[in-house]
Amino acid sequence: MLDSVVTALGPEFPQYLLAGLATGMLYALIALGYTMVYGIIELINFAHGDLFMLGSFFALQLAIWVGAANEKGEVIPGLGTGELAGAVLLMLFGAALFCAVLNVAIDRSVYKSLRSAPKLAPLVSAIGVSFILMNLGVFWMGTYDKNFPELVSAKDNLTPGLQFTVESVTFAVKVTYQHVLVFAITLPVMVALTVFVRYTSMGKAMRATAQNPTAARLMGINVDRVIAVTFAIGGALAGVAAVVYGLTVNTVGYQIGFQSGLFAFTAAVLGGIGNIPGAVLGGILIGLLEKLGTGYLGDSWRQPLVFAVLIVVLVFRPNGLLGARTREKV
Amino acid sequence: MNRRGFLAAGAGVVAVGAGALLTSGCKDKGDDKGSGKPGAEETIRIVSSLPRTGSARGQTNTIVNGIQMAIEDYGGKVGNFKIEYSDWDDATAAAGAWDGPTEKANAQKAIADSDVMAYIGPYNSNAAKISMPELNGAGLLQISPAVTWPGLTKKIKGVAPDEPEKYRPGKKVTFCRVCTTDDLQGPLAADFAKEELKAKTVYILDDKELYGEGLAKLFKQRCDEIGIKVLAQEGIDTAAIDFGALMTKIKGQNPDLVYFGGTTQSKGGQIAKDMVKAGLTCPMLAPDGCYEQAFIDSAGADNLNNRVYVTIVGLDPSQLTGKGAEFVKKYKAKYNTDPEAFALYGYECAKVVLEAIKKVGKKDRAAIMEAALATKDFTAGAVGGEKGWSFDANGDTTLRQVTVSRVEGGKFVPKKTVTK
Repeated sequence: MLDSVVTALGPEFPQYLLAGLATGMLYALIALGYTMVYGIIELINFAHGDLFMLGSFFALQLAIWVGAANEKGEVIPGLGTGELAGAVLLMLFGAALFCAVLNVAIDRSVYKSLRSAPKLAPLVSAIGVSFILMNLGVFWMGTYDKNFPELVSAKDNLTPGLQFTVESVTFAVKVTYQHVLVFAITLPVMVALTVFVRYTSMGKAMRATAQNPTAARLMGINVDRVIAVTFAIGGALAGVAAVVYGLTVNTVGYQIGFQSGLFAFTAAVLGGIGNIPGAVLGGILIGLLEKLGTGYLGDSWRQPLVFAVLIVVLVFRPNGLLGARTREKV
Repeated sequence: MNRRGFLAAGAGVVAVGAGALLTSGCKDKGDDKGSGKPGAEETIRIVSSLPRTGSARGQTNTIVNGIQMAIEDYGGKVGNFKIEYSDWDDATAAAGAWDGPTEKANAQKAIADSDVMAYIGPYNSNAAKISMPELNGAGLLQISPAVTWPGLTKKIKGVAPDEPEKYRPGKKVTFCRVCTTDDLQGPLAADFAKEELKAKTVYILDDKELYGEGLAKLFKQRCDEIGIKVLAQEGIDTAAIDFGALMTKIKGQNPDLVYFGGTTQSKGGQIAKDMVKAGLTCPMLAPDGCYEQAFIDSAGADNLNNRVYVTIVGLDPSQLTGKGAEFVKKYKAKYNTDPEAFALYGYECAKVVLEAIKKVGKKDRAAIMEAALATKDFTAGAVGGEKGWSFDANGDTTLRQVTVSRVEGGKFVPKKTVTK
């Protein structure tokens, strides 16, 4: 029995799991931006994916400016570890700041005046903003995919001896610096976000606003400020995700916002939109499903598999895996 | 008078008024030139329908440049006719690629405009399936610089049973193309894999589009014939952000070669990159949809150098001599960059049309089409060399040539040219 299971899984199984986890963490990071904004103002911010795309462009531009990459997005050879680490840190903070400012500016100029409008008005505006951002991306970097410098190597195998044999199959797994990078960035960010929302007074104000904005206002909470902070944090998360994406996928283009945004949004819905741990859980599940689907069913079954699972979950748990019951949704 | 009748009457008045304005406008123009003869300076319009929005824009830019250079060769005038060129888009921003309804609308717009004598395009084989029946029914010449699916023009093994008749409701040939077809490119790539790369096993990927999957099929057929073992043929999900898991799976099968039937837009660069990341060191072979600098740039030259081979129908621009070399030189001077392979075909298409107009000397769709389809030993363009090329009875070029290049130092370097 066990023998036939491990034979069916094949020696690549742990590698698929690792790849799935890494992609899942990335989706989770983007999904957090969707879910936080939804939690506060019940807006599905369709422009979030495109904000993420612009963040990746900004990171690439930064890498070129500081001399870590040439105009074609190739790493300039001969850089030391310190310089590479400095460039990565600069990109992380730069892109996070850029996306946070942009997201707050979009909220101020577009969504704010629609706060009391019917729910569909800001939703449609968000779709419009998404198109505007996408076209800005085209103006900025053109329509072709761009190489993103491989500042963190994917070639070294950090775990050459890591293998274990079950029955007749030897499982092996190759962990690279890129995998380490994904977890080293996403895990602390998620922990910090949880601590912030749970233990700070601003976090408390956010939770209060999410529960009932009118009551929160009556309690003396500056709801507009809470919303601005939410957009800033959501944007910063998109910026961090953009850098992680660029450094691990190593290709950016104007369509990545739509592509990753779709899956991140799905992750947020799967986990229960408005729910922070739910977004992380949803992201990891989708990442794993994708990679295992590619590995065992074929690459073209990736999307059908993800959405089939989504539908099944929503049939049995309409509010997502960890979602709370609410009465009105868009 | 009811509301509808009132509107109709109103529209009629406006139409008459506009008509009067137009006639008087024409008369004034004629008087200015001092000739009373109507039609002394007539306009012939050539239109192209190519994806001008989205990821194929880079390639179609070079095609449009080629077309414009051909028209400039004649000073924008052939005989008594002023040549006007309209650059139409068959893509939409929402799709980011060509779009069926837009291609169809372009064909209908061209048919409705009596000044249009030739329709250059489209760029994608699937788009051709949509515009071909429209233009064929109306009897308007269509000439494509880039579509390579064999079934559009001829019946060979591997095409659908109702091809190509279903594209010819008018029961005659109205479509021709200056590039050769995939039934040459796919099999010759397989021959190259066996003879030069010494591949014994191959893993075939495709992007599930007519072009990519079609080529992959033809490549696979030839592999089966010449004894290269095909480990699998798999369609990829072009919306995926990376192909890490896929490459891990392929590495487990340890092939001698990975063939990718697809284009730069369908993630050819990402596939090459993820191969390297997964530690898959075997060569990769791709078709002419990847034969462009953007493919190398999107993958990063380091991930391709000395490992990735790309085929192209015809010759690499650097191999051209005579008029072709002259075109390359002029193009470089004008646009400050090397022409991509498709620039040559855009130029060639426009040249065929303009030469046909010159020969006929009339504004007559049927006559111009006949002259273009009868093109024989054509040397006026860039790719004909000294002997020239002709259209066969199907509207396909007799120039049946495929070149395989390898990426070296971030550039395509021609390795082998096969003429058949």
